[in-house]
Amino acid sequence: MRLRLNDEETAFREEMRTFFTTEVPQEIRDGIAAGRHIGKDEYVETMRILNAAGLAVPNWPVEWGGRDWTPLQRHIWHEEMQLASVPPPLAFNANMVGPVIANFGSQELKERFLPPTANLDIWWAQGFSEPNAGSDLASLTTRATRDGDDWIVNGQKTWTTLGQHADWIFCLVRTDPSAERKQAGISFLLFPMNSPGVTLRPIELIDGGHEVNEVFFDDVRVPGDLLVGEVNQGWSYAKFLLGNERVGVAPVGATKRSLAQLKHHADELGRLEDPFVAARFVELENELLALELTALRVVAHSADGKPHPASSVLKLKGTELQQAVSELAVDLAGPLSLASGSSSVPEWAALATPTYLNLRKASIYGGSNEIQRQIIAGTILGL
Amino acid sequence: MDFTLDEEQEALRDAVRGLLKGYDPSVDAERRRQVTAEDPGYDESLWGRLAEMGLLGLPFAEADGGMGAGPIEVAIVCEEIGRVLAPEPYVASVVLAGGLVAELGTDEQRSDILGALASGESVLAYAEGETAEPVIQGARADMIVWDVDGEVFVGPRPGGARGYRTYDGGRAARLELDRSAVTPLGKGGDASEVVALVTARARIAACHEALGAMDTALRMTTSYLTTRKQFGVTLNRFQALTFRAADLYTALELTRSMVTWATLVAAESGDPDEIRTASARAALQTARAGRLIGQEAIQLHGGIGMTAEYAVGHYTSRLTAINHWLCDPREQVGVLSAALTDHTVLDPLA
Repeated sequence: MRLRLNDEETAFREEMRTFFTTEVPQEIRDGIAAGRHIGKDEYVETMRILNAAGLAVPNWPVEWGGRDWTPLQRHIWHEEMQLASVPPPLAFNANMVGPVIANFGSQELKERFLPPTANLDIWWAQGFSEPNAGSDLASLTTRATRDGDDWIVNGQKTWTTLGQHADWIFCLVRTDPSAERKQAGISFLLFPMNSPGVTLRPIELIDGGHEVNEVFFDDVRVPGDLLVGEVNQGWSYAKFLLGNERVGVAPVGATKRSLAQLKHHADELGRLEDPFVAARFVELENELLALELTALRVVAHSADGKPHPASSVLKLKGTELQQAVSELAVDLAGPLSLASGSSSVPEWAALATPTYLNLRKASIYGGSNEIQRQIIAGTILGL
Repeated sequence: MDFTLDEEQEALRDAVRGLLKGYDPSVDAERRRQVTAEDPGYDESLWGRLAEMGLLGLPFAEADGGMGAGPIEVAIVCEEIGRVLAPEPYVASVVLAGGLVAELGTDEQRSDILGALASGESVLAYAEGETAEPVIQGARADMIVWDVDGEVFVGPRPGGARGYRTYDGGRAARLELDRSAVTPLGKGGDASEVVALVTARARIAACHEALGAMDTALRMTTSYLTTRKQFGVTLNRFQALTFRAADLYTALELTRSMVTWATLVAAESGDPDEIRTASARAALQTARAGRLIGQEAIQLHGGIGMTAEYAVGHYTSRLTAINHWLCDPREQVGVLSAALTDHTVLDPLA
């Protein structure tokens, strides 16, 4: 057993810290630090800076821009990025469609899509959830039928995050409705968002923001070579993708940073003198530390990049703590938090409740926390 | 960074586990009930075998009759003790009272007292204050280590100490200090810094004992859910129950991470303040998880969990005892509140 990082790991951490705090524009990092929603341009600018330095897609195969890092190095990269308030590489590109194409796509698809995906020249949207296929994703009904070499897509996707910025969408579609198991008969298709027959409708959320969308497909024609891997094997690619989604879904670094900022505000207001307030900070810092240490344990024991079953623990607890910190912000702001439209109250107090409301999503997406409990009970505890 | 045991440590764990195997109340609850029914509330012959294996001298220098091992080895032993709810006063006698002698005693005191402790001839107890209560094994201990506002003395157990049973099956007593019957440990005077450090090490050891107990309590619970039938099906068919078990697993794993980390801090850090803070963090996490797992283990068992004949309730009882002995959460929150502005974010690898 050994706790401290070795010299090499320490140097790596220093290198990451220096890069993130000096190479990514301060205005962008300030926006993230303040808890504002940032725009498409900021995401693109940051991801290109990271990509130029080989830091956008370290989890990809080396020949496509990945880094042959240890799991601990990858963890350090991710944590330091969050602590420095750097917007992370767009998950749809870096963690979802990129690894799927790199692992299951043809050489032609790899050459065509991986470089612009890593550089965010293409902004991808995720076409998974449907109105009647949420946690039970495999019951999706969006259909793709053959027409010569092409596919014709009809149906609807929903909760399409930042779809308003997207150039392309990767979609799970049903290509064999007669398959015995609903997981069989699903394929993984790619097509441009500006294809004829694609309609995007924004969904306004309870915090007033526009983050997610509905996407409708009406006879969308997709060339056959835009199907990834094998026909009817899409579910196994989706499971691979969702496994990647869960790793790193516990935003430890970002939550630590939010809590630290809140502590700073509370201290300035003299509120830490109140033992009740101080105790809440103590409990949250402690739980976050336990979570971070658990993430380090999982990192240390994850073989060949496959998610450790305990990654469900990270998702479950990570999102609970993320939400708990946002709750504390609302409680600290108190009645002032109602002034969410004001520019004269401190920004953190004005943003406290919209953020709290927005973060209710965290225990729903990425496999709802109930699904995570199901995985823990079934896979780990054998119940 | 590496959280895994090396081969020697695994061998130690297996040896301790083997020794304690016949005492596992999750297999046979009756044996522990019998042992704890009679004074001194633990098995003197097992204590002797712990001595033979060198475990009672584990953390002490070889020159003092010990094995010269560190916090990781102590943690391994304590976790196994907790796993089977062994009532032997290992943390109180060896880690806490013995730890004070090891840190403060003169060459002669260390050699005499620790030698006798390691060989099993003499049991030590730790007493806090001139009137100390509850002193764990205070009526059985041969020697008492007194901590009077940071001044540490040692002497034979005062006459007339009357012991009683504690709810977790242990024994405790009220002891009155007779200054004429004790001598300062080492050079005497204020040793509060050393007391705090040794207490922190004992606190981390107690966390490991609790961790072992929580692990068994959860294992018993999941096993019960897969065998007990109601409404014609096993209880694991009810999601309301399995989801709660999942939350217990989450709490247990977070605690394992934190307690292991604190042990590594104790093993690697030269800064007593760091070790103290780490012990407070581990204890707070342990106390929270211990209460949750203890309560839910009974609830998920139903009525059988309330009975003295069945082991799971004893785990809850013991977890409660540890939570309020060395791991008291109110105390830890106080310590950590005072340190809240010392850091921006916590960095466990720094």
